[in-house]
Amino acid sequence: MTWSQYLRCLAGIFWREALRFLHQRERFLGALVRPLVWLFIFAAGFRSVLGVSIIPPYQTYILYEEYIVPGLAAMILLFSGMQSSLSMVYDREMGSMRLMMVSPFPRWYLLVCKLAAGALVAILQVYLFLAIAWFWDVRPPVAGYFLAFPALLLSSLMLGALGLLLSSLIRQLENFAGVMNFVIFPMFFASSALYPLWRIRDSSVVLYQICQYNPFTSAVELIRFALYGQVNLVALGWVCGALAIFLGAAILGYDPARGLMQRK
Amino acid sequence: MRNATDHIPALSLEGVSFAYGKRKVLDDVSLRVDAGAFCVLLGINGAGKTALFSLITRLFLCRHGRIRILGRDLDNDGAGALAQMGVVFQQPTLDLDLTPKQNLRYFCTLQGLDPRLARPRIAQALLRIGLADRADERVRQLSGGQRRRLELARALLHKPRLLLADEPTVGLDIHSRQGILQQVRDGCRERGVGVLWATHLVDEVEPGDQVAVLHQGRMLIQGSVDALLLETGTRTVKDAFNRLTQGDDA
Repeated sequence: MTWSQYLRCLAGIFWREALRFLHQRERFLGALVRPLVWLFIFAAGFRSVLGVSIIPPYQTYILYEEYIVPGLAAMILLFSGMQSSLSMVYDREMGSMRLMMVSPFPRWYLLVCKLAAGALVAILQVYLFLAIAWFWDVRPPVAGYFLAFPALLLSSLMLGALGLLLSSLIRQLENFAGVMNFVIFPMFFASSALYPLWRIRDSSVVLYQICQYNPFTSAVELIRFALYGQVNLVALGWVCGALAIFLGAAILGYDPARGLMQRK
Repeated sequence: MRNATDHIPALSLEGVSFAYGKRKVLDDVSLRVDAGAFCVLLGINGAGKTALFSLITRLFLCRHGRIRILGRDLDNDGAGALAQMGVVFQQPTLDLDLTPKQNLRYFCTLQGLDPRLARPRIAQALLRIGLADRADERVRQLSGGQRRRLELARALLHKPRLLLADEPTVGLDIHSRQGILQQVRDGCRERGVGVLWATHLVDEVEPGDQVAVLHQGRMLIQGSVDALLLETGTRTVKDAFNRLTQGDDA
């Protein structure tokens, strides 16, 4: 296989993902409703209840709406990553994942291409959400929108890799409902997406520690800092580490030599 | 058209065994499909056909035995072996929301085919299967037979030397089945492609075919139709198959 063939394969997988995106516009727009409900209703309701003190990267007091926007952006990536893994379980049951797996390209390469294509679609949704939030007076510096891109990409890849790993472990589509309860909600609520971690520490130190080690917290903080032109190195390290672990495990999960796919 | 490598079998299996956990589904299976040969793999449901296909396509790892595609060992040269292979799975693998043309184009990218080569091949394939005028409709709007024909045409786009088809005619009416079989027989004979055609429908066997009977994970017999009839002392393939798999719901 030559480099140009590798590029053709990458372009083909991106192209298919883009076509799916165009064909399922309603679903993708529907995915925006969730964070917007949080932003328009939940944040408005809790604005007076949940005060946010001055914490980095913010240099002044901010409204609660402004605080939760990075968390909601990460929520889009989380749901999108899990949805893409759902589609992979569906694809595998329906067979189109098999078509990809019998391509002569290395399996890890095919999985990374699929992951990257899914990540870009998710990031597109995030930017759409950030644009709507701008009209809701949540306006990070303009440069932040550009600086957030690498943070969004890394976070999206990390969460997508987690989804990929789950899809390699889940045997049947029906089992996927459990992912909602056991992965998405705990990850989202045990994070800094909706409230700063110091508030959680006040209530429970154990929960605070769980939140701190939750890779989703790192994704939220990485995005939050990037939106305000800063790099949170600790979050960056956690996100990169989690990406490496999840992706490595997912590739092993799809490797016939490891036998995970052939368990029945 | 014949190639210099025609003496090498398109597919050879030696002593292949496989188990799901403790349940053995293939037991010491050996098989040879020559270039240009149409080999019908007969077996009732649960005989192990799909497991065998999963091993040949590297979806499962073959831990016991040896599989070679055009002489390439699946363990040592998996990519080279897969590049020589076209596959039609039992489950449909078309994207229903894409058009036939888009499905074929996507497949070509998964094979790394140059678009300049792919474009005319796609156009010819669609013409050959009578879908040229429906190339831009969604696959969802095609009939079951048309979808299967599309999958078979797709599996041959990269000009493989071996075609694997796992029960591709299941659920289709008699006319669609005959049309598809004719399409594959003609196309593959012309190009010297070896075919392994798994089915439980004995009427899909023709006199010039090779036949292999897989039953409860074991290869009971393999050879020409005449050899099968002689060996079993029967007059039809159906009788031979029933005799070999006696006691089961054939």
